[in-house]
Amino acid sequence: MAASAAVPQKIKESVGDRIFLTVVYTVLILVVIVVLYPLIFIISSSISSPAAVTSGRVWLWPVDISFKGFKVLFSTHEIISGYANSIFYTAAGTLISVTLTIMIAYPLSRRAFFGRNVLMMIITFTMIFSGGLIPTYMVVRELHLIDTRWALLIPNAIWVWQVIIARSFFQSSIPEELLEASEIDGCSDMRFIRSVVLPLSKPIIAVLVLMYAVGQWNSYFDALIYLKSADLFPLQLVLRSIIIQNNSAGAMDAMAMVERQQMAELLKYALIVVATLPVLVIYPFVQRYFVQGMLVGSVKG
Amino acid sequence: MLPNKFCSKKINEVKLAKLLRGEIHLEKEMVMSTQTAPRSKRQGWLHTAGKNIMKHWQLHLLVIPPLLFFLIFKYYPMANAVLAFKDYNVIKGIWGSPWVGFKHFELFFENPLFWTLVKNTILLSGYLLLAGFPIPILLALMINEIRGGRFKRFVQLVSFAPYFISTVVMVSIIMLFLAPRLGFANIAMNFFGLDSVNFLGEPGMFRSIYVWSDIWQTAGYSAVIYLAALAGIDPTLYEAAKVDGASRFQKIRHVDLPGIVPTIVIILILNVGNVMAIGFEKVYLLQNPLNIANSEIIATYVYRIGLLNANYSFATAVGLFNSLINLVLLVTVNGLAKRITNNSIW
Repeated sequence: MAASAAVPQKIKESVGDRIFLTVVYTVLILVVIVVLYPLIFIISSSISSPAAVTSGRVWLWPVDISFKGFKVLFSTHEIISGYANSIFYTAAGTLISVTLTIMIAYPLSRRAFFGRNVLMMIITFTMIFSGGLIPTYMVVRELHLIDTRWALLIPNAIWVWQVIIARSFFQSSIPEELLEASEIDGCSDMRFIRSVVLPLSKPIIAVLVLMYAVGQWNSYFDALIYLKSADLFPLQLVLRSIIIQNNSAGAMDAMAMVERQQMAELLKYALIVVATLPVLVIYPFVQRYFVQGMLVGSVKG
Repeated sequence: MLPNKFCSKKINEVKLAKLLRGEIHLEKEMVMSTQTAPRSKRQGWLHTAGKNIMKHWQLHLLVIPPLLFFLIFKYYPMANAVLAFKDYNVIKGIWGSPWVGFKHFELFFENPLFWTLVKNTILLSGYLLLAGFPIPILLALMINEIRGGRFKRFVQLVSFAPYFISTVVMVSIIMLFLAPRLGFANIAMNFFGLDSVNFLGEPGMFRSIYVWSDIWQTAGYSAVIYLAALAGIDPTLYEAAKVDGASRFQKIRHVDLPGIVPTIVIILILNVGNVMAIGFEKVYLLQNPLNIANSEIIATYVYRIGLLNANYSFATAVGLFNSLINLVLLVTVNGLAKRITNNSIW
């Protein structure tokens, strides 16, 4: 490296190449702006004054900084309960999903596991064909899970794609020799999983946790079809009712008409920030795990 | 014999590996010699299976809960799909309800809405495929051209980020930006002297709004797969291209692109195979009475008819029709790809 930097006659880029690179850089800078601008705009709006937001005075940076929106949000019962529910669903759902995924992915990675191919086929077939919305709903209803917290934790607990990713990780990263050696010593399969497989699989467990957690935090569809009681609703569903269906009355009963309308606008921005921030804040730190997870999966195709 | 350390709680991975490298040969031979005797007898597979299950009973036990999950929540619904051929009766249940053959399918095909639904579904996902498929490839090729570490990482980090925004938040953002009076888009248009437009109320704009917001959200994520494929290209090819005096553009055209063709084909198969399975979630949230003419697709129709109107049998038939078309599409595209390019997903 150092040697090549010291040598001055590195092949110079031709004019065409330099123009080409300039175009590439310009386009990519545009991409960054197009992606970032709406995000910055929303954050800025959420901490501007209600009047500034509704009169369109916010362009990029916050105007008349105020945290009124957040104050109202965190004194609204619906939102607090939605937030608490979402945290619960994310924690419990991730725990269940990751456990179940490892329980099936590890045995599937063992070459000597009897019925491995059949099992794999059973699982992957569900990726390309499904009974459909209504038949699945009927099963959940038959199990009396409708309008219970379990309905968000169990019916979609395992994602086939995650099983495939975890399985290919186990296959490529747990050396066969370890297994042979432990078998000779009379180490049981459970013991082997606990003392060898799990400690060696921290990267894949991180990927699984992150993917399931983000999925659970962001989902609304299961809640929409399976839940009826408002006190079980996750944040996403509360969000939908306030922003998309425009039901913000509960948050501010005793306000004047104009103030109320301005507040309603501001609240939407603040809500978006509140619902997305937990994910976007941890994202830069965990991005490489996501990328890793996708790569592990794509190796196997 | 190896010490009993292998099963001790505080297992030291490094020590373990070292130990193994030294002694593993000896152990392997021992295993071979002890196993040759019983193996010489020919055994039926049933016997082998039984022995394997006995030996690894813990693994088999472990698989039971996840397997039950798949049977109950994936396969049982498939069986329940016979509902499509019956008239559902709440009291008699799915299996006791009377058979009606293809009645619900015929009803659906004769329904004037049928062609609208099929058209809306195909146009929306066709548009998404045409616009959304090449963009991540272009993005990946461009990111790949940058050699400097910082800017490259920054572009990837930023373009990947919207992927983590939930559908509800995404649609909320769209609605806020496109709102008729206070939305950013209209304020900007007024600023330049243009009239306000109710974007979400225009049926003609629905597909563009859906597709371009989707690209905004997922292009960076989809590009990662191609970037990985690009990173896997043999570096000697680049050196050869350099020696031959290839320009950057020629390098992309003759080295990069051919190198990622297998990945492109596989992603294309998956995308085409999912044309009918276009997501319910975002379409449903973007729907309103004004744009429903273009925004009602099969998935949202199933939800409306089935869960909101409780017309279970009919909705199941519609859903089943959709799933079957999708399956046929996937198998066909996969077969075609296999024949033409030798790349396929199975």
